[in-house]
Amino acid sequence: MRFKQIGIILETDARTIMENIRCQPSSLTRPDGSATFYEGDTTVVAAVYGPTEVKLSKEQIDKATVEVTFKPKQGLPGCAEKAKESMIRSTCESALLCMLHPRTAVNIVLQEMQDSGSLLSCCINAACQALMNAGVSMRFVVAAVSCVLDSEDQIVLFPELKQEQDAKAKMTFVFASNSNNVVLATSSGIISPKLFQKCLITSQEAGTKTFELYRDWLSKQN
Amino acid sequence: MKEAPLSSCERAFILGALAEKRRLDGRQAYDYRELRIGFGVDRGGCHVQIGETRVLAQVSCEVLVPRQTRPNEGMLYINLELSPMACPTFEPGKLSEVGVEVNRALERCVRDSSCIDLESLCIVSGEKVWQIRVDVHVLNHEGNIMDTACIAAITALAHFRRPDVTVCGEDVTIHTAEEKSLVPLTVNHMPLSVTFSFFEQGFV
Repeated sequence: MRFKQIGIILETDARTIMENIRCQPSSLTRPDGSATFYEGDTTVVAAVYGPTEVKLSKEQIDKATVEVTFKPKQGLPGCAEKAKESMIRSTCESALLCMLHPRTAVNIVLQEMQDSGSLLSCCINAACQALMNAGVSMRFVVAAVSCVLDSEDQIVLFPELKQEQDAKAKMTFVFASNSNNVVLATSSGIISPKLFQKCLITSQEAGTKTFELYRDWLSKQN
Repeated sequence: MKEAPLSSCERAFILGALAEKRRLDGRQAYDYRELRIGFGVDRGGCHVQIGETRVLAQVSCEVLVPRQTRPNEGMLYINLELSPMACPTFEPGKLSEVGVEVNRALERCVRDSSCIDLESLCIVSGEKVWQIRVDVHVLNHEGNIMDTACIAAITALAHFRRPDVTVCGEDVTIHTAEEKSLVPLTVNHMPLSVTFSFFEQGFV
């Protein structure tokens, strides 16, 4: 199913975000938990195996080792992919109750199915949904929001590919469900501190709406 | 991760059921599982599902210098990735024995059968040719990766469109999709693979 591209601007209402974000839980049969997350046309499949056996070299005596693998759709994984993996891993390590599973590993594998903008936020959301599907204990769930500042200083949430490429600054924020605090913030480009704060607040509102979506999906599943 | 070995009672059960012409999911000996093919937004992307086995294939193209032994032929490169999400025993990076076998079989099936006309991929002989790259990712392993990967690769190649090229003397212009509509690859035929399993030295 194809959804309309989303490139919403600050003034658009909650309904537009909610219509274009979808999740298909348990999309794969082999992994312990899996989810396919759609943000408009951008699609990422996440699979979680864990807590499971860990290589001796990576074993940690007090907590679980979180390993993330991100696979792009075309070509071999390179530096950009490694950067994404490291960001997703640090987000998941904060969210998971790693201390409950010492000397184990939680393996998260992400496959890019389609990149039409906002890929990092889609990956993090997919990873979170897959972790929930696997039933790994979490401190809080996370919602990632992509935000760009276009050439007219307009804030655009969940940009399309073209909007991302033409933007002055790109940001991704990840929020925690229990306190709405920022778990991860990554940015590139040039932006003034005041505008950055404005983007953060707008993304936080979008994050709150995403958490409502999560609750809605979970209640429908049961 | 190490593969969990099949227990002897499971093995005996499966062989016993096969001797009575029964399969675990109720199929007959020659029945195929449901096949579903979906296409992505990008040209050359397709997602194939046979039963619960899922494979994603994506085709991309690049202009490169051709091989010295074949200066007027394009190149077709097939890369199979057994993603760790498909099966916990698949390690990321290096392909296991099974992976190498399936990769080689895919290459034989797609490249060596000349289903894509490589000479049509030549732009300037000896200098510039198209290299078509097919990335096949296995997402879920519930058996028969070979057939699913084959269907995914062929379908993606048939779906793919490459940019149009004009050669004017020394100048080579590669047109964008907006300037000139994209050109399909020359697909001569569609090779498909079918996998059979033999039990009890061929008696079942």
